[in-house]
Amino acid sequence: MLLVLLSLVLLLASSMLALSLSRNPSRAQDAGAYGAVLASLCGLLPAGRVLFTGRTDTLSLPWPVPLGSLTFNLDPLAAFFLVPVFLLTGLSAVYGVDYLKSYAGRKPLGLAWAAFNTLTAAMVLVFTAANAVLFMLGWELMAAASFLLVLFEHEKAQARRAAFIYLTAGGTGALMLLAAFSLLGQASPSLDYSAFAPLTGHAASAVFLLALCGFGLKAGFIPLHVWLPEAHPAAPSQVSAVMSGIMIKTGVYGIIRVLGFLTPWQEWWGWTLLVLGAVSCLLGALFALAQHELKRVLAYSSIENVGIILMALGLGAVAAVNGAPVMAALAFAGALLHIFNHSLFKGLLFMGAGAVLHAAGTAELEALGGLGKRMPRTALFFLAGSAAACALPPFNGFAGEFLVYLGAFKSINYSGAPALAGVIAGLSLAAAGALAAAAFTRAAGAAFLGEPRTERAARTHEAGPLMLFAMGALALLCLLAGLAGPLLLLPLGSALASAFGLPAALEAVRASAIPLVYISAAGLLLLLLAGIAVARRRAFLGDKKPAAGLTWDCGYAAPSPRMQYGASSFAQPLTDFFQPVLRKIGQYPVISEYFPAKASFSTEAQAVFYNSVYLPVGARIRDLAFRFSWIQHGRLQIYIMYIVVTLIALLLWKL
Amino acid sequence: MHTFAELTIVFIILMDLALAVTGSLSSCIRLVALQGVVAGVLPLLAGHGAPHLRAVAFAAVIISLKGVIFPWLLMRARDRSGAGKDVEPLISYPASIMLCLGAFIASSWLGSRLPLPEANVAWIVPASLATIFTGFLLITTRRKAITQVLGYLVIENGIYIFGLALFVEQPMMVELAILLDVFVAVFVMGIAIFHISREFDHIDTAELSELSDWRRGEYGK
Repeated sequence: MLLVLLSLVLLLASSMLALSLSRNPSRAQDAGAYGAVLASLCGLLPAGRVLFTGRTDTLSLPWPVPLGSLTFNLDPLAAFFLVPVFLLTGLSAVYGVDYLKSYAGRKPLGLAWAAFNTLTAAMVLVFTAANAVLFMLGWELMAAASFLLVLFEHEKAQARRAAFIYLTAGGTGALMLLAAFSLLGQASPSLDYSAFAPLTGHAASAVFLLALCGFGLKAGFIPLHVWLPEAHPAAPSQVSAVMSGIMIKTGVYGIIRVLGFLTPWQEWWGWTLLVLGAVSCLLGALFALAQHELKRVLAYSSIENVGIILMALGLGAVAAVNGAPVMAALAFAGALLHIFNHSLFKGLLFMGAGAVLHAAGTAELEALGGLGKRMPRTALFFLAGSAAACALPPFNGFAGEFLVYLGAFKSINYSGAPALAGVIAGLSLAAAGALAAAAFTRAAGAAFLGEPRTERAARTHEAGPLMLFAMGALALLCLLAGLAGPLLLLPLGSALASAFGLPAALEAVRASAIPLVYISAAGLLLLLLAGIAVARRRAFLGDKKPAAGLTWDCGYAAPSPRMQYGASSFAQPLTDFFQPVLRKIGQYPVISEYFPAKASFSTEAQAVFYNSVYLPVGARIRDLAFRFSWIQHGRLQIYIMYIVVTLIALLLWKL
Repeated sequence: MHTFAELTIVFIILMDLALAVTGSLSSCIRLVALQGVVAGVLPLLAGHGAPHLRAVAFAAVIISLKGVIFPWLLMRARDRSGAGKDVEPLISYPASIMLCLGAFIASSWLGSRLPLPEANVAWIVPASLATIFTGFLLITTRRKAITQVLGYLVIENGIYIFGLALFVEQPMMVELAILLDVFVAVFVMGIAIFHISREFDHIDTAELSELSDWRRGEYGK
């Protein structure tokens, strides 16, 4: 625990240092990055130890805040979340040094690094706090730091809009969490987690719903996802990697924690989680398919993955309530494993998208192409990340989803609710997997394969060495985590035990090690075959140079890169099919002559929920607020009178 | 000894009422100064036996600040800002005095209900509360910025008397710190009034609503 505190101190101190060095950008970069990397190394040790021994580490210090206490609790669940925090922020900091270099002089890098390290510290606080006041402090700090980072390129109207949406979502979520914690703490002597008295009936349901919405606004499942596709493209790429990789998981962590306070569960909670998760994994993958910007594709893919995690949690909850502990344990294990895996591959993918953005100046898929020849390493790493995101073995995305599938298949042993839940989860997972595969084939293909669609894309260069190092490390971790599935079950088991109990069912999770061993063996075999193929090709080619020529062009005399399949044309059959959901807006030229002139067409993927739900509701709230504008008239005297009246009312109330 | 203290309390309440009806700015400043001086003398009267040297020195500091320096600063601010002679209330004087009387009745009731240690001077808690309310009245119902400073000073007087009700001799450091705060506040407010009048040619706070970023109708639809 002391090491975790040390890493907290390191993070905060280095962020102060970076801020004070803002005049010297390269020094500020050094201060921020070294602080983040050291803190990561420092924090990984205790987190790993707690995970492998399964022993909880607690530290309590007095704190003169009402109802607050500086109680830190590093139990296996918190440690399970801390490992990706430290892995991802450390590597993102390394990546950021190269990525931000070009901004030196134009942007306050000291402030950016201060916000980045504060964001990390806040996440550590959120995961280790064992007191609601301390937790909320970390939560708000996290929101504020990431808000600043979303606003990094504040001269762009889009970034300001994204930051505003993000701030609104964060504030609304925090309000709901305050309500949830005050309900939880109503019958308790303090707001320490250990002191929460168990709730039952409607009070418990109210806490569940408030926590689901409050944490959901951070986790970003549909329909609470609107800030994700706005904020991720706006933030610097290493920040999007951290935000998407691990920050949104604080929401999932919160839901798991609150479920822990609310035993016994009610069945409909599980169904709510299951349905929301299924909807958001399906729609997330579908929306990802229709986006034109690489980082937006990734943001919607995060929504999909959070949906998978939530669905697995729901499946587990339904199973646990209906007396199917083995199925529950498998589903929960799948959820947790997928949280870990997603943080690795989504971090990698955002870094890859950042490298593309950095090199080509844009992440619009229709303006890219052919980057695989120009930045081969980035392309390789991005491909690895995409394979993981599509849950293809031997990469890590497969293991977590496989456990969820195992849990869903267990439902054939039962009838009634668990069986139905298993069927829903299995089908949604399969459909979302297929859509995600299409989305990533499209994104990776449009960006890296074929010929450059613009001149700017043709002049790109490979990413800097530190960026490549960070991406390579994450790609390697993705591969290793995919191959080492069986070994991950030990830390996973202790995290499961600390989050959900279910001691008997843990055996079932251990038993699932056997199929995982087969999968790892098959993955190794696949790698071996791929290696042999590459070696054979090398040996066969020898010194000979492969000749480059045109692809068969149907006999057309003057093919140009514009005639390739584009990102939109690749996805068109699918997006047309789902048009009732996607509601693309398109402008297509009508060709009526034999020799048509130059024409253009455009399609735009709408933010369906934002436009048709949030905008009308927001307008209604604004109208309501303006109805009270007479209270705020700018008269100083009356403002003071409000204060006096409030004070007197409080005095009288306490008499 | 306590008879004097009680008479002083009555005097303070009367000054509250006078503040509510006085229309001249300079009389208001003098009244506030006088109230400060009387409040400063109060601890010397309320204690048992001969007062400590420390208490006397302390009273001297308070009296010189509230009786000499503050009125001087305020008069200067009034002259420099060209504030005119009237206090320009937002409500009529009869309404002001009714509110002040109501505040006094409410404070008497409140003083009997508050769980406080027994004060050794009668009426000291209601008087202090009434003074605080009068200060708020001055702040909320007078138009000029300078009367708001005056209201602030009256509130401080009230708080000071309230403190006396609880401890006859307050810890000197605490009270000195408060006094320092008040001094700085009056100083800053004086400067602010001067700047407001320079920017806007008046110190009418009601017109400051122009500064609000809120324009009804413009923003709404």
